[in-house]
Amino acid sequence: MEAPDIIEKLRAEFGDAILQADVEAVDPFAVVQAERVHDIIQYLRDADDLMFDYLMSISGVDYQGIVEGDPLGVVYHLYSYQHRHTFVIKAQVPRDDPHCPTVSDLYGAANWQEREAFDLFGIVFDGHKDLRRILLPPQWEGHPMRKDWQEPETILGISTVRKSLRERLAEKNNG
Amino acid sequence: MVDELRPEIPAGVLVEDGEMVLNMGPHHPSTHGVIRLILTMDGEVIHTVTPDIGYLHRAIEKIAEKTPYYTFMPFTDRIDYLGAMFMNHGYAMAVEKLAGIEVPRRAEYLRVLADELNRMASHLIFMGTMTMDIGAYTPFLHALREREKINDIIEALCGARLTYNYIRVGGVSFDLPPGLTGQILDFLDGYEVFLDEFDRLITYNEIFVKRVANVGIIPADMAISYGLVGPNLRASGVDYDVRRDAPYSVYPELNFDVITGDDKYGSVGDAFNRLRVRIAETAQSARLIRQVLQKMPTGPIMGKLPRKLKLDPGKDAFSRVESSRGDTLFYIVAGGGNSPHRLRVRTGSFTALSVVPEIGQGVMVADLVAIFASTDVIAPETDR
Repeated sequence: MEAPDIIEKLRAEFGDAILQADVEAVDPFAVVQAERVHDIIQYLRDADDLMFDYLMSISGVDYQGIVEGDPLGVVYHLYSYQHRHTFVIKAQVPRDDPHCPTVSDLYGAANWQEREAFDLFGIVFDGHKDLRRILLPPQWEGHPMRKDWQEPETILGISTVRKSLRERLAEKNNG
Repeated sequence: MVDELRPEIPAGVLVEDGEMVLNMGPHHPSTHGVIRLILTMDGEVIHTVTPDIGYLHRAIEKIAEKTPYYTFMPFTDRIDYLGAMFMNHGYAMAVEKLAGIEVPRRAEYLRVLADELNRMASHLIFMGTMTMDIGAYTPFLHALREREKINDIIEALCGARLTYNYIRVGGVSFDLPPGLTGQILDFLDGYEVFLDEFDRLITYNEIFVKRVANVGIIPADMAISYGLVGPNLRASGVDYDVRRDAPYSVYPELNFDVITGDDKYGSVGDAFNRLRVRIAETAQSARLIRQVLQKMPTGPIMGKLPRKLKLDPGKDAFSRVESSRGDTLFYIVAGGGNSPHRLRVRTGSFTALSVVPEIGQGVMVADLVAIFASTDVIAPETDR
């Protein structure tokens, strides 16, 4: 099924929950209300003529400077082995309290990818059974893929600042 | 004192009465890099498997946000150092799709040539390490001997043996040097003999088949739900290949078969089929390379590129490439400047590893080694 038809079906089913859709974009997408993500993706997976059975990727995105209000985003790339079509769903969540429903009960692949988005962006996926850091160590503070993340001077006791050669030589000669 | 020495059990691992905790890795020979599997066991039988990843996390996605589009290419090599060519290709395609850059036809053919050579090299490493993890050392040396020849060919093509940086945005960096065609054809002729020898030595060896057949069966629906891709997916009986079904580059002009798992030995979706599918794929790659060498047109190898990419902020595109570890997705969101606002790489190893806890329950430790080896997970790709 082509992208305009998919968007039409989504609009008929969910109405106001589809905030924006773009079929002219490089990859057609629909922006949806974050609270309805689970229902929409479940519909996309189960409807007979859609059957998006392969969740290609869940990407966290920081829309600072791109979308008004500097929200965080979650982007779902979906594909159907049955019908060989693809579609992109985007949701935006506020930066100070990012919450999004989980889809890990629909796709096994969502489990780790949501953990990754939580780890790097701090997006909380409500209903996820095991939401903890995956790539970074558990003691890590903050979410480094956010644009407003500031690198601290030490991370887990290791300095992130490299002194200049002159300073290091001076220290070596003095000490 | 004893309690102090006991290693910390990370959050997320529940240990019940009478269970033993075993750390497999991070430095375990069969984990191919640094991946840690935390096993809770009753005797030799595994109750739960909890992978602990991130030891090789190099923040490649964050580096992309600070690096100009064209300059980022060498970093993509490091995402998957056994299949660097695919990462080059995927990233180049994502940028080209985003900026609407045309690639000359000769460059497309050279890309496919490089891809397929790299696929053979990567699968050869897999064939060697998989059999070595099971306990057969000799096939490893045979496989690496063949891979060395591919390394020589790729070195003649682009000067590098592991991290190629060959495929660039808009084309490729070097043309085919004179005389290389003959060298490639010689290698392909010898490869057929090698495959026959390898099959007789190990693949259909009765001891080996008994060891890996019916181990770690992944049913097709589980494979799809967990997002398994590439050879792992095809071994589970799903007839899908990005090269054929979501075609890119010049693959539609070339003939090749998509290999899927069968139950001739063992059953569909087991460790043996994951090995067999990959071995058969190398033969298909050889077939593709012969066609590419025959059909390759003359012409430029680099398209016209703007000096600096100026893209609308928020414009995004994704590309899919069939790497040796399966469908790899590159997703770029453009920012206002000359570097991506966000780059996302979804790799085959990441999802392949996430299915291990599911199929690792109730098996023996030795079988877990076979399962883990057969999924062809490599650490740099899961961690990025």
